[in-house]
Amino acid sequence: MTETPTGPVVTGAAPAQPADTRQVLRPYGDTTGDGLIQMSFTLPVPAGPRADAAALQLAARMGLEPAGVVHAKAMGPDFTFFIVYGRTRHLIDYAAIPAPPGRAYPLLSAGQVNRAVRAALGRRLVVVGACIGTDAHTVGIDAILNVKGHAGEKGLEYYRELRVVNLGAQVEVDDLLARARAENADAVLISQVVTQRNAHLHNVKRLSAAFHTAYPTAVAAGMGRPLLVAGGPRFDGVTAADLGVDAIFGKGTGPAEVASYLVHALLPDADPGAADTEETP
Amino acid sequence: MPDGKLALDPDLVRRARALAARAAEPVIAMARTHTTVSVERALLRLAGLTGADADGRPWVNHLTDAVADQVGLEHGVALPVWDALRDHRDLPALARATAAGRVRFRLPAGPDADTAGTAATRAASAGLAGIDARRAERTRLLRTLGDPPGPLLYLIVATGDIHEDVPQAQAAARAGADVIAVIRSTGQSLLDYVPEGATREGYAGTYATRENFRLMRAALDQVAAETGRYVRLTNYASGLCMPEIAVLAGQERLDMMLNDCMYGIIFRDINPRRTFIDQRFSRQIHARAGIVINTGEDNYLTTADAVDAAHTVTVSQLLNERFGHEAGLRDDQLGLGHAFEIDPKIPGSFRLELAHAQLARELFPAAPLKYMPPTRHMTGNIFAGYLLDAFFNLAGVLTGQSILLVGMMTEGIHTPWLSDRDLALENVRYVRDACGDLAEDFVPRPGGFVARRAERVLAESVELLERVADDGLLTAIAQGTFGVTRRPPDGGRGGEGVIARADGYRNPAAELLDAQDPHAAHAGHQEVPA
Repeated sequence: MTETPTGPVVTGAAPAQPADTRQVLRPYGDTTGDGLIQMSFTLPVPAGPRADAAALQLAARMGLEPAGVVHAKAMGPDFTFFIVYGRTRHLIDYAAIPAPPGRAYPLLSAGQVNRAVRAALGRRLVVVGACIGTDAHTVGIDAILNVKGHAGEKGLEYYRELRVVNLGAQVEVDDLLARARAENADAVLISQVVTQRNAHLHNVKRLSAAFHTAYPTAVAAGMGRPLLVAGGPRFDGVTAADLGVDAIFGKGTGPAEVASYLVHALLPDADPGAADTEETP
Repeated sequence: MPDGKLALDPDLVRRARALAARAAEPVIAMARTHTTVSVERALLRLAGLTGADADGRPWVNHLTDAVADQVGLEHGVALPVWDALRDHRDLPALARATAAGRVRFRLPAGPDADTAGTAATRAASAGLAGIDARRAERTRLLRTLGDPPGPLLYLIVATGDIHEDVPQAQAAARAGADVIAVIRSTGQSLLDYVPEGATREGYAGTYATRENFRLMRAALDQVAAETGRYVRLTNYASGLCMPEIAVLAGQERLDMMLNDCMYGIIFRDINPRRTFIDQRFSRQIHARAGIVINTGEDNYLTTADAVDAAHTVTVSQLLNERFGHEAGLRDDQLGLGHAFEIDPKIPGSFRLELAHAQLARELFPAAPLKYMPPTRHMTGNIFAGYLLDAFFNLAGVLTGQSILLVGMMTEGIHTPWLSDRDLALENVRYVRDACGDLAEDFVPRPGGFVARRAERVLAESVELLERVADDGLLTAIAQGTFGVTRRPPDGGRGGEGVIARADGYRNPAAELLDAQDPHAAHAGHQEVPA
């Protein structure tokens, strides 16, 4: 097999075979193609040459060969911490990795969001937010909802055409449901930070099940039931459909992205108009 | 001890304290004239009643609820319970009969009330003597084992399973932790009862129960004996059961307790009145037990900007100090909190941190300040996080902080691994060994950036305190002054458990705590405060 570390592989003309469009990747230490990796881990054995050998064997099985233990430290009598460097023998074909889909909707300014809501809804759009279950960490929901916002981006409370009801922490699913009904919520935002024993997944599933039961005749989000949005730092690898919600937002999501999504999902026909940064929302 | 490195205006400092006292006064008066279900249950716990029915409902809840239903709580549980106790062997027997619906409570009058009151006082007094004995035991252990030099390194354990927590805590203590905090299950602060027994299931933490306290205490005493240095144990009083958990902590010789005057209100939506009443009683118990409270000002900076809201930390510290003193806590029991949470992208962020930390140090020179590491700006880049933690440690030694919560480079990623704790301790140890005494060389230039920033935060604190004192603390909380959240006095959880004391209200625990000097039993000892 012929391969070059980066760029498409050029092979001799072989008419029966399609052109090789692979783009082979290896990690880069300081030389193209060196494949060098660092990792650290703990083994539950006393420090010593035998522990080092075990660490190297583990590295080899992970595809790091040759590898070297650059640091081994006893942590108490029964554990050893290792830092290992090695060359991985695994290759990645970058060309075979599809580009993940980008955001399916444009990022709107606060002014655009307000105009879209005003034009398409004729009233304020109601957002009810909470941390549900045992989760007491309001950092996430507050970053999205509080006027204060996050990283210089103002939260949804700042948007004139959004009416925000932030229920705070440790809200029971039934209470959230009742409040969403009472407020006639267009969207329900739930934040889950605590992930121990997959509490975040269980809680969100419980919530979506309750909403789907409570609105049996709903056609879709915004058509007979509120839009359900989950947010939190550890939802990687699960889809919105897995949890029964309409969207999941992960780490690093700002209020503007959430507001833009609300417009996209609930007011698909709204025309937000040209981007501007001047209007005070 | 620092000696006025910031040259703070003494009149302004005095004014800040006077305003804090004025803001606290109506709330203290309210706490003195009300009781709560948890204060009443705390009396029963102090009298030694422990255990629960088969469904886990504690006996103290059975008794208190039965008295509330049959007699009302405005006179307290003491008279009805000790009156009914004449027909039963002991409190557990009375509780069992009550749960079975076989007890009719009444409010005794005349000589019967005197008899019941005397018996209840005897029980409360014995309970306090038990807490005194545990405190004396701590004093003895600190003397014989030796107390680690400061700053105390504070490490968190949080597996959810007490039987996993124990070996992890022991490993952390052997690796150099001076204080072990067992984080509570997140749901517990909103439970209106204290769970029973050893627990193996919790969310992001382990339930605070008397048995869990006992198991961890024994485990840390074992390491202390082994390593020749006392290892402190910390848990959380905050929530709906502050008074009861405070009693349990005293009974099981915990050394520090998270106990903030407003945290439950703002971050847990607990009814403000309930919190202030519970807080006062719990702090009286902590004072008696020689426990150092840890306040929660760091939390404000997790929801508000650490620069803009710096003065809300100072204001809360001053309020916590006032409420603490009023409840009998000495300065050396006030582990006032603050945190290293300024966005590292802000130019001069470290100088701002130094200004805030030094301000806290100088405003509260005798308090064992608790300094919390960065959490908000820990991005998942563990290498940058390790550096930020080192700067936090440096700020800690430079400004003479007393309790350093050891920062984890994996903050925000997962609950700490064994290796995370080990690396974190290596970080602190380096800073402590390299420049542990640097505070004596750190003298901010008069009129320089650090001094001016501290001065400004203090001025903003006084401004805010003026507003709080004028409007009333409960109003200020309702308006979202602290931590941005609005909490009206009648809102929140547990408000139904607040009861105005009637004439003739009796609670011998409260009476003894109000009447006695909490530190009198230890005046003769040369006590090293926990």
